[in-house]
Amino acid sequence: MQNTPESSVESPVVEQEVRPEAALDLPWQVVVHNDPINLMTYVTMVFQKVFGFNREKAEQHMLEVHQLGRSIVWSGVRERAELYVQQLHGYLLLATLEKIG
Amino acid sequence: MEIRRHGEHIEISELDPFLAELLRQIPESANPAGVEAAEQRLFSSPTPSAETEMRAEWKLYVEPELRRLFQSSTETVGADLQQLNGKAKPFGNCTLRIPTHNAEAWLNALNQARLVIAAKYNFTDADLCDHYRSPIGSRRDLGLFQVNFYGFLQEFILHEIE
Repeated sequence: MQNTPESSVESPVVEQEVRPEAALDLPWQVVVHNDPINLMTYVTMVFQKVFGFNREKAEQHMLEVHQLGRSIVWSGVRERAELYVQQLHGYLLLATLEKIG
Repeated sequence: MEIRRHGEHIEISELDPFLAELLRQIPESANPAGVEAAEQRLFSSPTPSAETEMRAEWKLYVEPELRRLFQSSTETVGADLQQLNGKAKPFGNCTLRIPTHNAEAWLNALNQARLVIAAKYNFTDADLCDHYRSPIGSRRDLGLFQVNFYGFLQEFILHEIE
C-alpha cells in the first residue's frame, strides 16, 4: 500500500466543504396547484400512481389542492423532485418545483 | 348511450351519430396547435419563479418527451376510434370497444382535449359548473358540452380500472 501523501490526508476537509453544498440540494418540494378541469377522482388516481400513496392519503392531498389551491406532495432532493414534476406534467397536472425557504 | 365493462373492454354502445362524432373529435380537440393558452397549459412551467435556466432546460429536455407521450396517447385513441368509421349506417347508432389496456391513453387524451378546449374558450368555473347548457347554442357551448362529456367518460373509465 502506498504511503498517503500529506495532501491526501487533508481530503476529509475537502469533503466537509462539499457537505454544505449537498445540504443545499435537499430542501425542494413538489407542489400541485388547483385546476378547474382535472377531475378530483383523476387527481387522486395520479397521486396514487406517482407517489404510491394509499387512497386516503391521495384523497387528502387532492382535497388540499381543491380547497386550499395547492398541496405539497413531496419534498427532498432536487433531482427526484424534478422527476416527480415531469411525471405529474405527463398526467397534465399543474405541478411545480419549489425551493423551501 | 350505454357504457359498461365487458371483460377486457369498456363498451360504449347505442352511440348516436352526434356523440359518435364528439368521440371522433377527441384527437383533433386534443391538439393545442395554434392556441397559445392551450400550449401553455399542456406544457406548463416547472417553477413558479423566474428561473430562466430551469425553464430553458425543461423546454429542451422534458417538453419533447411530454409531446411524444401526449401524441402517443392521442394516436392510441385515434386507432381505437377507427371502429366508428365506415361500418355503421350513416345515421345509425354504433358501438365502440375500448381495450382496458388502452385506458390510460384514453384518460390522457380525454384530459388533453378537455384542457385544450377549456383554454381555447377560456371557460370560467361558472361555465364549467353549468351542466344544463344546450350544446347547440354556439361553438363555445358545444365546447362546454364536449368538456363535460369527455369528463363523464373519464369518470367511468377511472371507475372501471380501479
